[in-house]
Amino acid sequence: MSEFLQLAFSGLTVGAIYALIALGFTLIYNASDVINFAQGDFVMIGGMGTVFLMAAGLALPVAALIAVVAAVLVGLLLHRLAIEPARGASPVTLIMITIGASIFIKGVSQIIFDKQFHSLPAFSGDTPIPVGGATILPQSLWVMGTALALVVALYLFLEHTLVGKAVLATAANRLAAKLVGINVALVLALAFGLSAAMGALAGVVATPITLTRYDIGTLFTLKGFAAAMLGGMGNPLGAVVGGLLIGLIETFAAGYLSSTYKDAVAFLMILVVLLFMPRGLFGSRTVERV
Amino acid sequence: MDTPARLRPMLRAAAIMVATAVAGPALTSPAFAADPIKIGSVVSATGPAAFLGDPEAKTLKLYVDELNKKGGLLGRPVELVLYDDGGDANKARTFATRLVEDDKVVAMVGGTSTGATMAMIPVFEEAGIPFVSLAGGIEIIEPVRAFVFKTPHTDKTACQKIFEDMKARGITKIGMISGSDGFGKSMRNQCLKVIGQYGITVVVDESYGATDSDMTPQLNKIKNTAGVEAVLNPGFGQGPAIVTRNYAQLGIKLPLYQSHGVASKSFIELAGPAAEGVRLPAPAILIGDKLADNDPQKPVVAQYKSSYEKTTGQPVSTFGGYGYDGIQLVARAIESAKSADPKKIRDALEATKGYVGVTGIYTFAPADHLGLGTDSFRMLVIRNGDWAIEAPAR
Repeated sequence: MSEFLQLAFSGLTVGAIYALIALGFTLIYNASDVINFAQGDFVMIGGMGTVFLMAAGLALPVAALIAVVAAVLVGLLLHRLAIEPARGASPVTLIMITIGASIFIKGVSQIIFDKQFHSLPAFSGDTPIPVGGATILPQSLWVMGTALALVVALYLFLEHTLVGKAVLATAANRLAAKLVGINVALVLALAFGLSAAMGALAGVVATPITLTRYDIGTLFTLKGFAAAMLGGMGNPLGAVVGGLLIGLIETFAAGYLSSTYKDAVAFLMILVVLLFMPRGLFGSRTVERV
Repeated sequence: MDTPARLRPMLRAAAIMVATAVAGPALTSPAFAADPIKIGSVVSATGPAAFLGDPEAKTLKLYVDELNKKGGLLGRPVELVLYDDGGDANKARTFATRLVEDDKVVAMVGGTSTGATMAMIPVFEEAGIPFVSLAGGIEIIEPVRAFVFKTPHTDKTACQKIFEDMKARGITKIGMISGSDGFGKSMRNQCLKVIGQYGITVVVDESYGATDSDMTPQLNKIKNTAGVEAVLNPGFGQGPAIVTRNYAQLGIKLPLYQSHGVASKSFIELAGPAAEGVRLPAPAILIGDKLADNDPQKPVVAQYKSSYEKTTGQPVSTFGGYGYDGIQLVARAIESAKSADPKKIRDALEATKGYVGVTGIYTFAPADHLGLGTDSFRMLVIRNGDWAIEAPAR
């Protein structure tokens, strides 16, 4: 039982990080149909930015805030300089642009930061908390708590604010949204900024556990993308469930089967789900009206 | 046949260029009358392996300058012909050919990565020029090639050092958790090859991906395996730091052995308080100031550290140390051979006995072109966030 609990804690922690990244994918996909492969790099900017600002003598909350703001700026610039000029291009072209942006961000970070691994001190100490024979790190609670808070905040924003409803309207039908007077360009920029902020926050809380380096974004992008696909691209609830599922499958596969095949098991599960439910677990049924 | 008229100006220009090129060096270095002894080098001073190749290149330049200040070798100046392969084995091979055919070097010190070294070996073997490699892979010297030597320890040496320590502590059953990257895989294989000689068995053998961020499932499995007395983690990069943290989180009390792959200050920083009590083999250069006063390597390490840090303004690394030992071994061989003939240098290299270097004390033999034993590693333990020398448990 304690082994099961231990694996579950571990899976939920990793899964919560994946879920946050998948949410970022979802937000941008909904607003613009773009799958943003630079999503993981926002996580890196959040982590690395905080590490270097703290090394410069700032307190953790201030450093984290500045790093998140920096990531938002990068997100807005990505939209303004790379996505917006190519508006009207096919989604595949836009995806390629984001891959290029991701490589560019990594290259610049190598120069601004460095090529070493870095870590942050855990927010509330390193003493593991014993729960039912297993242990959980306080930082894991921070990760899960942040994920939960962001999901709730995102839900409230989308469903209960006028701006949030504008995002949803743009996602549903861009032309109609424009016709009722929604500033679509502003909504798109907002989606990029928000999703960068979520990625960067995930980076800040995850860095004490995962460590960070200029190229760590690739790994997060892939896992977050898999989570978003599993849950159904475009569905926020699906992104969260998909992220947690992949985290849990990975850890249980490593714990009960073989650590060599843990990634293979996770990807096999995704294939099986997509085979029977091509739009993911929570994917919307699209109906083409003629 | 007459040269066509339109080609003549070009030929004339070419002739002038050749004349300038030949006369140039002669005019700029009037200090030495004698022909220089040319030592070649190809390192990865830029590119992904730059953190290895850059200190190597700086060390080689520094010590060739030093040799010349002392009057060179055999009364002749020493010239270092250094190329940067940028981490590309193909380029390394091209430069190797250039060193042999155009620069006519008498010996070679270089080859930052095992890949680049393996690509260059055939060139130097065929030309009969001694090649001292600075790369770690055991395949460089196994099987032994007549003209190829190397200065860094191999994974095998590290495994042997760790198992010696385990044996002395009466540990017979261990768990292994290895990175699935090149370093982790290679070291795991080398360890499994020699482990039988120490009467130790692996009862649980786990692995993790090089970029994984959580190893608690694997460690939990090791924790729940009956009879494990110690855990060994062959790995490189951030993986071992996360393993160490997860190890502390799960409250595993067994001794944890890390490899020489993480023998740097950044490992202690990344792993944090969880690193307390971790044991690992490391070369003397890492703990130069903590070596015993009667340690033969102490003065060598101290001298290299101070001159490297003074010249470059950067902290010394193990990798620069490989370059130091490489150039010193070749210089000693040229002196003792009393000749700059490549074949004679090779024979003198192979006859090297008891050279005290930064990395270890080298004694080559016809069947051993590495020349380092397990005594070139020190068993360290991490205490209070710093290295401490572990008293040999015997």
